[in-house]
Amino acid sequence: MPKEEMLAMLLAGGKGTRLGVLTKNIAKPAVPFGAEYRLIDFPLSNCTNSGITTVGVLTQYKPLVLNSYIGSGSSWDLDRHNGGVTVLPPYVKEGGGSWYKGTADAIYQNIEFIDIYDPEYVLILSGDHIYKMDYAEMLNYHKTKNADVSIGVLEVPWEETHRFGIMNTNEDQKIIEFQEKPENAKNNLASMGIYIFNWEYLRKYLIEEAEENDDSAGDFGHNIIPKMMADNLNFYAYTFKGYWKDVGTIESYWQAHMDLLGEKPILDLQDRNWIIYSVNPNRPPQYLSEDAEVDNSMINKGTQIMGTVKNSVLFFGVKVAQDAVVEDSVILPNTRIRSGAKIKNSIVGRNVIVEKNSKIGLETDDKKSNELKITVIGDDEVIPEASNIKAGMVVG
Amino acid sequence: MMMTPIYKKGGANMNNVMAIINNALDESFLDKLTGHRSLASVPFGARYRLIDFPLSNMVNSGITNVGLLLQTKYRSLMDHIGFGKAWDLDRKRNGLFILPPAHIYQANRAYKGDLQNFASNIDYIKRSNQEYVIIGSPNVVANIDYRDAFKYHIENDNDITIIYRQLEVFRRDTTYTVINTDDNDRIIDMKVNPKKNFYKKISLQRYIMKKELLLDIIDECISKGEWDFVKNAIIGNLNNLKVYGYPFRSYAAVINSINGYYKSNLELLKPNVWQDLFLKNGPIYTKPKDEAPTGYKNGVNARNILAANGCSIKGEVKNSVLFRGVKVHPGAVIKNSIIMQKSEIGENAYLENVILDKGVQITADKSLKGDTNLPMIIAKNTIV
Repeated sequence: MPKEEMLAMLLAGGKGTRLGVLTKNIAKPAVPFGAEYRLIDFPLSNCTNSGITTVGVLTQYKPLVLNSYIGSGSSWDLDRHNGGVTVLPPYVKEGGGSWYKGTADAIYQNIEFIDIYDPEYVLILSGDHIYKMDYAEMLNYHKTKNADVSIGVLEVPWEETHRFGIMNTNEDQKIIEFQEKPENAKNNLASMGIYIFNWEYLRKYLIEEAEENDDSAGDFGHNIIPKMMADNLNFYAYTFKGYWKDVGTIESYWQAHMDLLGEKPILDLQDRNWIIYSVNPNRPPQYLSEDAEVDNSMINKGTQIMGTVKNSVLFFGVKVAQDAVVEDSVILPNTRIRSGAKIKNSIVGRNVIVEKNSKIGLETDDKKSNELKITVIGDDEVIPEASNIKAGMVVG
Repeated sequence: MMMTPIYKKGGANMNNVMAIINNALDESFLDKLTGHRSLASVPFGARYRLIDFPLSNMVNSGITNVGLLLQTKYRSLMDHIGFGKAWDLDRKRNGLFILPPAHIYQANRAYKGDLQNFASNIDYIKRSNQEYVIIGSPNVVANIDYRDAFKYHIENDNDITIIYRQLEVFRRDTTYTVINTDDNDRIIDMKVNPKKNFYKKISLQRYIMKKELLLDIIDECISKGEWDFVKNAIIGNLNNLKVYGYPFRSYAAVINSINGYYKSNLELLKPNVWQDLFLKNGPIYTKPKDEAPTGYKNGVNARNILAANGCSIKGEVKNSVLFRGVKVHPGAVIKNSIIMQKSEIGENAYLENVILDKGVQITADKSLKGDTNLPMIIAKNTIV
């Protein structure tokens, strides 16, 4: 097998607990996003656009949808004679087997896979972040700095630093201290969960951790990185300037969709210089009827719009009947919205039927609060005729 | 000796049928639209090329061996088809076969007719292990299940079965291959593009027969100096062979003129046509392009349109078909038009009854108007 300079290991086992009904049957990286995609399309497309053609995808929680979605990897041009994409679930070895205990343990359990390619560097990615990033530039930075470890970071507002792992750096961007979700942050550079390691070092630390520490959580943030820092390895922060979002909650998931709209969207998916690839289902063109009223929305193929759609994102196969109104909402694939139904500030799952004259997310019991409440309808639900689902409710 | 039944109850066994799509046709009637591409790769219906329809129909009917006869300007067609992956035709056994016009290298290079294309690729036809063949042309837009027609072909013990459609309205602005049948659907007369004395039944240019019969007919025709598939191989045999018609009753459009092309595109905006074509008998496949979904911006006014992905629409668009990646700037107005891939319509431009080929740029404030019966065509990559 020819040697690869850098291969990517994509952590895709996350459960995404805070997304509730959206991850009932699928791992978080398989969550649909942006009318056409799933979250994992972003790191996979970034890899292919960055010239990284060997990618291991580490799966664990509810992997079926994800496995069949990834398939041969051809959707991302990652069906290669050498390398390409390989799905890596936990497996049984001579001495038994176990689930992936944590992020680092998942890599540790696949040392054999990485050794096949004998890489100089290993790029660690999360399967559930939305961003467009050139990993080749980060590798250049890593080499220029002569780093042992580079961590992708981005500036976050100071008032949010307590939600992130914060990197304290010197003027040369060298990381001198790491604070996990600090009360009083000294810096506002937050880790994006993207690491480049010199494989030789990472391999050594992973083996040491596994062999010497039986109770290890097998986690990069808690176990491996603090140990490497203590040993004075060269850590550098690579600052990323573009759009990045961890859609960890219902609110951030909804907000990330709103970021796709507007005159100049903060996240531009139509950029042909950095295409986000997906499995791209074959559907007929989208049809807007004589009565359709569409404004500030992103709509995929295979949709039929006979009603009103405003400030919304519609996935493939969605049908909005005459006199139905969809506003400020995200409608997942193949959902039918029958006539007279009204939906606002909602996320509606796939294959849902919203029967005639139903209201979703329009009214609230809590009249005092001005806080935005997102209503969520889980996959395959049927919302009966003329029902009234109050704002902030979760069905499913 | 008992013959092995070639279809089982509940459906014809299409493993025993191969298909040939004949692209060696006159395509000059589409003017600028076929100036640089073959008829088969002319864009149609917001995200398709004409060939997607017959090719998808064949695949959906269970045919796994398809040969494409080529004649001229086939670069864009080859680019579109590739190895046939989009149609699931990248197979180890059978699959898609590109059949180039080898005769163009012969000493006497005068082109005689499409039977020459069959003859140049006779080895492919002989080598294929299917017993039956469906021959089709790319310029008929329909969603046909060939299993029914094939079943009829076998049950009625026909030599040749031609799929036809009875027209309610006979378009004078286009040309047809017309047929006349007796009460039992036996074809008693057939004419190619007659100017008068036409019939209301039109051939959908799908011909089913035994492969051996096709080989015999080709040999017979060529040895007599006859080179036209429809006129010589089919019409020439109406009296010698058992040639029957199979009526197809759903939507079908024959693209044989600019106006027919224009009207058939706009006809897709009728929900019943749209449903006949896209939601029955399996999907129409095409080469995927990884375009992001279409963005409708603030203040857009889009009604009665079909649009592909990757468009960014800010102006007013009505009764029109938009292919992928079209940009419509604020204040622009588009009516009754067909706008192909990557075309851009500048601010306050006005387009009515217009066909823009790929990559056309209409600069701000320009106004272009064709007639309902004579659309204005703007050639590929033109800047207006």
